[in-house]
Amino acid sequence: MKAPSAQAIVVAAVVVALALLPLVGSDFFVSFVMTRTLILGMAAATIAFLSGYGGMTSMAQLLVYGIAGFMIGNFSVSEAGSKGLKLGLDPWLSVVLALLVATVVAFILGAVSSRTTGIYYLMLTFIFAVIGFFFFGQVTTFSGFGGITGIDPPALFLDQPIRLYLLALVLSLATYLGLRAVIRTPFGLALQGIRDEPVRMAALGFNVPLHRVLAFTLAGVVAAVAGVVNVWWNGQIDPQSISIGPTIDLLIIAVIGGIYRLEGAWIGAFIFVAANNYLRNIPLVDSIGITEARFNTVIGALVLAIVMASPDGVTGLFDRVQRQFANRSRASARAFAVQGNTPNNQVTGGDQ
Amino acid sequence: MRSGAEAVQLSSDRVESALPTRNRLSPGTAVVGALCAAVALWILVFATGTSAGAAVAEPGEFIVTMLDGFTLAGLLFIVSSGFTLIFGLMRTVNMAHGSLFLLAAYIAISVQQRMVGKTNNIVPEEVAITSWVVPMLVGSLAASVLGIVMYQVFLRWHPGQDLRQALITIAISIIIADQLLANFGGLAQRMIWPGAVTHFFEILGERYATSRLFMLAISLVVGGALWFWLNRTRMGMVVRAGVDDQEMVRALGINISAAFAVTFFVGSFLAGVGGAMGASFAGAAPGTDGSWLLNGLVVVIIGGLGSMKGAAAGSLLFGMVQAFAPAYLPTQYTFYAIIVTFVLLAAVLAIRPNGLYGKAEQ
Repeated sequence: MKAPSAQAIVVAAVVVALALLPLVGSDFFVSFVMTRTLILGMAAATIAFLSGYGGMTSMAQLLVYGIAGFMIGNFSVSEAGSKGLKLGLDPWLSVVLALLVATVVAFILGAVSSRTTGIYYLMLTFIFAVIGFFFFGQVTTFSGFGGITGIDPPALFLDQPIRLYLLALVLSLATYLGLRAVIRTPFGLALQGIRDEPVRMAALGFNVPLHRVLAFTLAGVVAAVAGVVNVWWNGQIDPQSISIGPTIDLLIIAVIGGIYRLEGAWIGAFIFVAANNYLRNIPLVDSIGITEARFNTVIGALVLAIVMASPDGVTGLFDRVQRQFANRSRASARAFAVQGNTPNNQVTGGDQ
Repeated sequence: MRSGAEAVQLSSDRVESALPTRNRLSPGTAVVGALCAAVALWILVFATGTSAGAAVAEPGEFIVTMLDGFTLAGLLFIVSSGFTLIFGLMRTVNMAHGSLFLLAAYIAISVQQRMVGKTNNIVPEEVAITSWVVPMLVGSLAASVLGIVMYQVFLRWHPGQDLRQALITIAISIIIADQLLANFGGLAQRMIWPGAVTHFFEILGERYATSRLFMLAISLVVGGALWFWLNRTRMGMVVRAGVDDQEMVRALGINISAAFAVTFFVGSFLAGVGGAMGASFAGAAPGTDGSWLLNGLVVVIIGGLGSMKGAAAGSLLFGMVQAFAPAYLPTQYTFYAIIVTFVLLAAVLAIRPNGLYGKAEQ
C-alpha cells in the first residue's frame, strides 16, 4: 500500500475540520458563511473543471444552477399565493425532476456551443445566462420577476441548518473527488487533449463536439445539484439571483481561487463570501470611503489586481511561493517543477 | 501573438472568400431554411392571433414592425461595430463595452440637463439640435477617454491573452457599474430627443415616430464615416493591415501601437454614441450596461467577431428578430420572445459556427 500524498492529507484534514466546525463555530458562521461557501464552491468548481480541463470558460453554470432551483420551486410548492406551476409534488420527486430538466437544458446549451471554444465560449455562454435571466423574469408561468417563495426542503432538512451544512459538505467532497476522478478517466484525458489540440484530436478519431457536450452536461448536473441545495437553504428563488451580477460573481469566485484548479473554487468562494459578510468589520475601511454599499468596487478592484498579477488566482500565488521555497532547497525542486506544469501555462497562453 | 491567419477580416473585398460554398446543402442548412420559410409564411398569412395580425390583412402593422427592426438595427450596429473593431485588431473582448455605453449615457443626460437648465420634465420642444448633439459628443468623448485609459493602463501588457483581457474588462465593468450607481443613482433616466425630430407621420394608417428614423440616419452616417475611415484613410489602412498581419505591419516600420490606441478610442467612442442614442431611445438605468453588452455580443456572435460586414448583418438580423418576435407571437406567448433570440443564435451557429462572416479560430 502506498503512502497517502501530502495533498490527500491536506484535503482529509480540511474535511475533518469542516465536519467538526458546527461544534465550535457560531450558528451565523456555519449557516450563513460556510454553507453558502460550500454551495457556491460546488458551482464554481464546475467552471474550473470546464475551463481548466476542457478549455471552455462557461458563464452558464449559474443559469443551470438557477434552473434546478426554479424547477424545485415549480414542482414542490403548492401554496395558492405562490408563483409558478404550483404542482405540490413530493420534495424528493421534485429533486429528481429538477435535476432531469437541468440536465436536458445543459445538454441543449452544450450542443449549441459545442463547436466554439475559448473566448467565444465565454461570450456565448454569457448570452445564454442573460437570456435565461430574462426568460424566468418574463415568463410568469415558471416564475416572473417576483420569484418563487416558500420553498421547503424535505422534512429531513427542514429547519435543520446544521444538517444542510453537512449535506453541502458531503456534496462538495463528492464533487471534488468525483470531478478529479473524471479527469483521470479516458474521457477526461481525451477532454484535456481536446482542450490543447482540438484539430489533432479530431484527426485521431475523437468526436470533439460530443466530448464538449458531455463535459458541459456533466458540469451542468453538478451545478444543478448545488442549485438544489441552494434553494433549500434559501427557501426562495428569483430571477435576480441568476442575473448578470451573480453570474459574473460566480466567475469571479473561480478566478479568485484560480480558474484552472478545482480546489480553488471553494477557496475563492470563501474569500468572496467572507468579504461580503465581514468587509464592514475591517477597521478604518469606512474612513477611506469604502462602505458596504461599495462592495462591488472592492471586489472588482480585488479581481483586477489578481488578474493583473497572477492569472491563476490565489492557488497560483500559493504554488509560486511554494516553488520559491523549493528552489532554495534543491532536493525538492524537481518535484515542484513537475507539479507546476499543470494547465497553468494555459492561462498565460495565447501563444498557441 | 496570434497570427494574421486567424485574425478576422475587416476589409470588404476579402470577406467574400470567407463565405460558405453554396453548392452543398447540409442537414443544418436545410432545417434552418425550412424554419425561415415557415416563419415567413406564418407572418404573411397565418399570424391572426397575434398583436400585429397577419401581414396580408394588416400591411400597416407589418411595415411598422419592419421599420422598428431597421431603426433598432441601426443602434445595434453602432454599439456592436465598436466592439467588433476592437476585437478585430487586438483580439480583445471588451466586456466593459456596456459600461462605456452606460457611462456615456449618464454623462450625456446630465450635460443635456445642464444645457436645457432643467433636471426633470424636459419636453422635446425645449431641446435644440445642439443640446442633443453636444451632450452626445461629450458623453462619447468621456467613454473614449475611459476606454483609452483602460487600454493603456491595464490591457496593453497582456497582448494575445484573450481570456485574461476579458477577465480584466469584466473586473473594470464591475467597478464602473458600481461607481455609476454611486454617482447617478438607481433611478431610470432619459435623454430627450431634440424637438426638431420629435414628430409623428402616417404610414398605411399607422403613426410612426420621426425620432426613430433620426436614429437610423445617425447610424447610417456613423456607418459611412466608419467605412470611409477604414477604407480611404491611411490610419484605416494600417488598422486593416494590422487585422491581417500585425508582425508584418510592425516590420514595415509602422507604429501599430498608435493604431491600437486609436482603435480603442474609436471603439469606445462608438459605444458612447450608442449610449446617448440608447438613453434617448429607451432610457438609462443600472442594468442597461448588461443588456446592451448582451445585445452587442449577440450581434457579433451572429455576424462573426471582428467583421464589420458581420456587425451590419448581425444587427439587421437581430434587430428584425427583436421587432418581429413580440409582434408576431400569439398574444398569450409574447413573453417567450426572448427564446426567439436563442433560436436565432442556435440556427446561425448550426450553419456557421464562427458567425456569418467570421473566420475559423485556428
